[in-house]
Amino acid sequence: MTEHDHTDCRDLLGSLSDYVDGSLGDQLCLEIERHMSECQNCRIVVDTLRKTISLYHQTAAPADVPAGVRERLFRTLNLEDYPG
Amino acid sequence: MTETTNAPISLEALHAGDRHEFTRLVDSHSPAIYRLALKMLGNPQDAEDVLQNTFLKALQHIGGFEGRSSLSTWLYRIAANEALMLMRRQRPEVSISDTVPDDEEPLEAPAQFADWCCLPEEELLSDEARAHLDQAIRHLPEKLRIVFLLRDIEGLSIQETSQALDLSETAVKTRLLRARLRLREILSTYYGKRLKVRSLEND
Ligand SMILES: [Zn+2]
Repeated sequence: MTEHDHTDCRDLLGSLSDYVDGSLGDQLCLEIERHMSECQNCRIVVDTLRKTISLYHQTAAPADVPAGVRERLFRTLNLEDYPG
Repeated sequence: MTETTNAPISLEALHAGDRHEFTRLVDSHSPAIYRLALKMLGNPQDAEDVLQNTFLKALQHIGGFEGRSSLSTWLYRIAANEALMLMRRQRPEVSISDTVPDDEEPLEAPAQFADWCCLPEEELLSDEARAHLDQAIRHLPEKLRIVFLLRDIEGLSIQETSQALDLSETAVKTRLLRARLRLREILSTYYGKRLKVRSLEND
């Protein structure tokens, strides 16, 4: 049990999305956490994967459609511009 | 029409051909559709084409929409199809069966192990970094890209994403994981460099 086993790293790769989304079963979570406590690379992969997703969430703020784009869209659809 | 602005869109009214209700649909959903198209295609002209075609098709087909998914999932579905069709017209060599990577292929093992989580927020989300985030998305093969955009940018659930793309939930999960892992690699290369620059500056 002392040797670091790289097949473990590969095995847990497939569960990482579910793990960071919090949709993985307890048993598998425990296995991943046990492995991460012994494997720095996997810990970094999980941390940076989480951070990657959260950065994209932060850049996803809804932006308005530019006025010109909206205007042409309404014209294409033959819609009147109702107020409000 | 004063208090109706925030009321849920009425499918009945849409089916009855109510133009005002359709206008509300356009105004409430066009920002998300436009954003999806922009991130998928990377240029405003194409994004505008997709936006227009999406709502033209919606107008044509609303009569046949039975509400089995939500209206917004249905619109995302149309928009995703329009975006993929446009990309295939522009690059006809990308076939529908698609090049990259088969869902059955083994996952690519991570290769970047820089721990850049500790970089300060203003560095992680600087203008340059944001441009890099967008660019990284466009490095994804399109069938991974669309899954990532719907799930992680637009915030659809796995189930909604599978409805919008006509894929099994298993396929959605596999592609999402591949997309996320690839983006993590790209961002790790970029932020790993920032990390080195900072440590040099601090020496
Ligand atoms: Zn490991």
